[in-house]
Amino acid sequence: MTVPDDGTVPENGSAPAPGPDDVLRPHAEQQYSGELALLAEHDDRPRPPGWRLSPWAVTTYLLGGGLPDGTEISPKYIGPRRLVEVAVATLATDRALLLLGVPGTAKTWMSEHLAAAISGDSTLLVQGTAGTPEEAVRYGWNYARLLAEGPSERALVESPLMRAMRHGMVARVEELTRMPGDVQDSLITLLSEKTLPVPELNAEVQARRGFTVIATANDRDRGVNELSSALRRRFNTVVLPLPESEADEVEIVARRVAQLGRALELPEAPAGLEEIRRVVTVFRELRAGLTGDGRTKLKSPSGTLSTAEAISVVTSGLALAAHFGDGVLRAPDVAGGIVGAVVQDPASDRVVWQEYLETVVRDRPDWADFYRACREVS
Amino acid sequence: MTDLTPDAADAGTAPGARVEVFGIRHHGPGSARAVRRALDEFKPDAVLIEGPPEADAIVDLAAEPGMVPPVALLAYAPAEPPLPGDDAASWSDRRAAFWPFAEFSPEWQAVRYALDEGAAVRFCDLPAANQLVPPADPDSDSQPEDASEDDARIRLDPLGWLARAAGYEDAERWWDDVVEHRDGGPSPFPAIAEAMSELRERVAEQPSPAGLPPGHLVREEQREAAMRRTLRRALKDGFERVAVVCGAWHVPAILARVPVARDDRTLRGLPKAKVSMTWVPWTHGRLAERSGYGAGVRSPGWYAHLFAAPDRPVERWLTEAAAILRQEDLHVSSAHVIEAVRLAEALAALRGRPLAGLDEVTEATRAVLCEGADLPVELIRRRMVVGERLGSVPDDTPMVPLQRDLSDRQRRLRLAPSADARDLELDLRRDVDIARSRLLHRLRLLEVDWGVPAESRGKGTFRETWTLCWRPEFDVELIEASAWGTTVAGASAARAGAMADAAESLAELTSVVERCLLAGLSAALPGVMRTLADRAALDGDVAHLMDALPSLVRALRYGDVRETGTGPLRTVVDGLVVRVCVGIVPASRGLDDDAARDLLDRLDRAHSALALLDDAAHTARWHTTLASLVDREGLHGLLEGRLTRLLLDAGILTDVPDRMARAVSSGAAPARAAAWVEGFLSEGGLVLVHDDALLRLVDAWIAGLPAEAFTGVLPLLRRAFGEFAAAERRAIGDRVRHLPDASPARPHDDPVDPVRAGPATATVLRILGTEAGS
Repeated sequence: MTVPDDGTVPENGSAPAPGPDDVLRPHAEQQYSGELALLAEHDDRPRPPGWRLSPWAVTTYLLGGGLPDGTEISPKYIGPRRLVEVAVATLATDRALLLLGVPGTAKTWMSEHLAAAISGDSTLLVQGTAGTPEEAVRYGWNYARLLAEGPSERALVESPLMRAMRHGMVARVEELTRMPGDVQDSLITLLSEKTLPVPELNAEVQARRGFTVIATANDRDRGVNELSSALRRRFNTVVLPLPESEADEVEIVARRVAQLGRALELPEAPAGLEEIRRVVTVFRELRAGLTGDGRTKLKSPSGTLSTAEAISVVTSGLALAAHFGDGVLRAPDVAGGIVGAVVQDPASDRVVWQEYLETVVRDRPDWADFYRACREVS
Repeated sequence: MTDLTPDAADAGTAPGARVEVFGIRHHGPGSARAVRRALDEFKPDAVLIEGPPEADAIVDLAAEPGMVPPVALLAYAPAEPPLPGDDAASWSDRRAAFWPFAEFSPEWQAVRYALDEGAAVRFCDLPAANQLVPPADPDSDSQPEDASEDDARIRLDPLGWLARAAGYEDAERWWDDVVEHRDGGPSPFPAIAEAMSELRERVAEQPSPAGLPPGHLVREEQREAAMRRTLRRALKDGFERVAVVCGAWHVPAILARVPVARDDRTLRGLPKAKVSMTWVPWTHGRLAERSGYGAGVRSPGWYAHLFAAPDRPVERWLTEAAAILRQEDLHVSSAHVIEAVRLAEALAALRGRPLAGLDEVTEATRAVLCEGADLPVELIRRRMVVGERLGSVPDDTPMVPLQRDLSDRQRRLRLAPSADARDLELDLRRDVDIARSRLLHRLRLLEVDWGVPAESRGKGTFRETWTLCWRPEFDVELIEASAWGTTVAGASAARAGAMADAAESLAELTSVVERCLLAGLSAALPGVMRTLADRAALDGDVAHLMDALPSLVRALRYGDVRETGTGPLRTVVDGLVVRVCVGIVPASRGLDDDAARDLLDRLDRAHSALALLDDAAHTARWHTTLASLVDREGLHGLLEGRLTRLLLDAGILTDVPDRMARAVSSGAAPARAAAWVEGFLSEGGLVLVHDDALLRLVDAWIAGLPAEAFTGVLPLLRRAFGEFAAAERRAIGDRVRHLPDASPARPHDDPVDPVRAGPATATVLRILGTEAGS
């Protein structure tokens, strides 16, 4: 399961929180509160200090499974079981976890759900950007109060990491490699000493048990700051792969599209599984540079064509079908989205797409509608 | 443990004799430890082990300090002196069987226990003499394959099957979880015996399951009868506490009450082969392979570690892995190892296993030590999980003299066999290196490909690169080869002589000569040379002679580097060149296209061989021959074109443009003309790009063609040039455009004949309506 990598989660602690029903995208712990409560109820295994669920229950939450009373837990991550087990075991040993992978391999998704299942709160989040300041990792000051009252506990503005330490929870760092190197470095002591000194107050925050960090990073991207080996050493690394088989990917896309559609309150459209399969096929073939039957070599476009992009193509197609079409997902609804996803670089990618269209799509007998639709938009 | 009051032991058995049967999993470290513990407790005075009884005589060697597993018992049919006329094909028809043992094999532990404690050791399987003869199984063909795959798997790996039934992928893991980690529990063997009885009852109903090798069932019956018989004999011999260590599957059969007479009937009159027995070194890689002599152990390195590590197997394993990564300059700290151990244990707990196994340890290695990268994980797999390791056997192991000679030489040349493939650079100017090179070449003559020549990196003929990798089956090859002689040099010389005698073509013979020279077998050389000279004199086919020439010339040319006497070789080459020159003229007459093409190849090879030989007299003779050949009527176009070209390059023909014009003139058949051009340009387009003179020649010829002739020749040219790569054609075009002082498009110096031109001009003028003023 995947979300677009830039899928933003609202920064914590601003504006009065709307009810979970009004928000555009509820947090994992809100959306799956029912499942989490059920799991906690049936969970009789030992829980590591600070954990809401036992490691087994966390694994079940992520991979799905049945409970003793017959309830089905829906799978959140579709992929190798061992990856999830390694991730959960890492967190259970209070180590930090680094999720690596190309864009759209469900890194953020997995970190959100892990945090939700372990701490019941996935909002202690630091978004890594080129401009992330050190205050986002350590702490800042409320300057008005600082000037008025001098340094005090009340003038201190906690970072999400500091709060996680205080309460023994899981903090998340998104796009770790996008942070400047010096900000990355301030994580090192924090992760090894598990304390955060506040010299201005001559005090320190010691992490309570249960505190740990899940970071995500792209391993194939431009403009990133390589992780220093000192920081790298503080993490256990799990590399998330692209979906292995077409069936897996179709399953991921279909499941996620259904959830998104529900969240966006789109009119119920018949699940266009055929159309989803077609989108996934196009994405997989272009990504691999080879047609599914292994007969024809293709050029690959410059974009990553991740599963997350396939999901957004299908979702917007559904919206099109619902609002402007006859309510059934058809080729013309997805054609525009596909072209937009494939043609990232207007010059070279257009050639790649045209070639694909003319040599592969045109010759597929039951793809005639798709071919016509793509011709129209490109 | 299973007590047995053997009913078979009627007469002569000591009263109160006890027998215990330990059903094991072959090459299972868990079984090995359990067997060792059980034997320590039971204190038998005789240990019967599943294995060929011929090995009873050499089992004492297992206690020698020089014996380091993995080793294998090798049963082989001793080589007989080859009959005259025996060739290599029948030679490779060998029969041998192996029983591999690793340190962690229960059988090995039983052997070591017995030898250490002074108990008698006997092997109780069917004799190798019977096993080397394939079983006659009249039923195997007629039985329809209706039983399930499962049954075959039960028979072949019963403990593995039980593990799978319990939901485990790895039988060792199951054994570990179910048997090993129940500390202080009762011995596992009675439970295993019970489980096997159940399993056997289950498969007994289907007599011939699919997926079993043919004759398996008949053989199994015979083997189990032999086991029972050995047990009866041991009891008769007065041993009071007898332990039997055998595959778990056989336990119920050994305990079964089968009348002596029936076993005797089963074993009576089995065909026998003549068999010798010895120990040979074995490798972990061989244990890991499922086919051939392998034992199907996927992770021998891990098993060896599990067995050898006194405690904390996970910690020790990860520490070792870190050390290996550090050797490869990957930064791995002790903190890494600590975290990896914690992760492995947490994973094991998460998966509900009592102890971290190979899966967990590998995951921890990947996530912590290798920081998610796959390449180092693969390195660990190769170096540790399989853990390439070569065993060794003590010096007084029975060996054929040839093996002894080889190990002697290996020691002297400091070339220790190793199971890891490694590269060896030899500088043939050094004495020790030339001796090494000869040894490797000699072994190759004996089909022991310990070293395989690799592409040499350095320049120069005095360098040789080899890839060395010792494989256990080389011992079999050596034993086979010992029929040829008692030393490596002697045996390879004898084999070379035999190969020379058996060689069917002259080319085969010359390649033997070449190999003899490489191997420095000066003793064999005169005989082989004589055969060669005789064969060359008698061989009327010039094609054979030409095939033989290149390798002989090579040998002659490079013989000096290896300080081999090449006198006799020189004589043979001299004779060969003369014969080729004489024979080629008649041989080139009346050839069809295919034959011409063959001859063209040979001609080219012979030509370059003579260029390499660089002998003025031979070169002159060759050129004269070619020159006389090129003028012969009826020569195939391909050959004539090629010969013209060769002679042009040699500077002998001066009238090449004329010949060219003639060859493709209208009188010549188009096909022949095409072949001529193809032959002329057969070295490819690159020559035209770089050889200015040639390009100019071809260019001038084409430019000089009259219009109608050009139209005729165009298809031929197109065909010849069409063979070239597009890039070459483009380059040729470029060159032609920029030829300095390009030949004029039309000959300027063609004077106009006013007498003949006059009437034509007048006619043209009249047509144009302009009367010439006259």
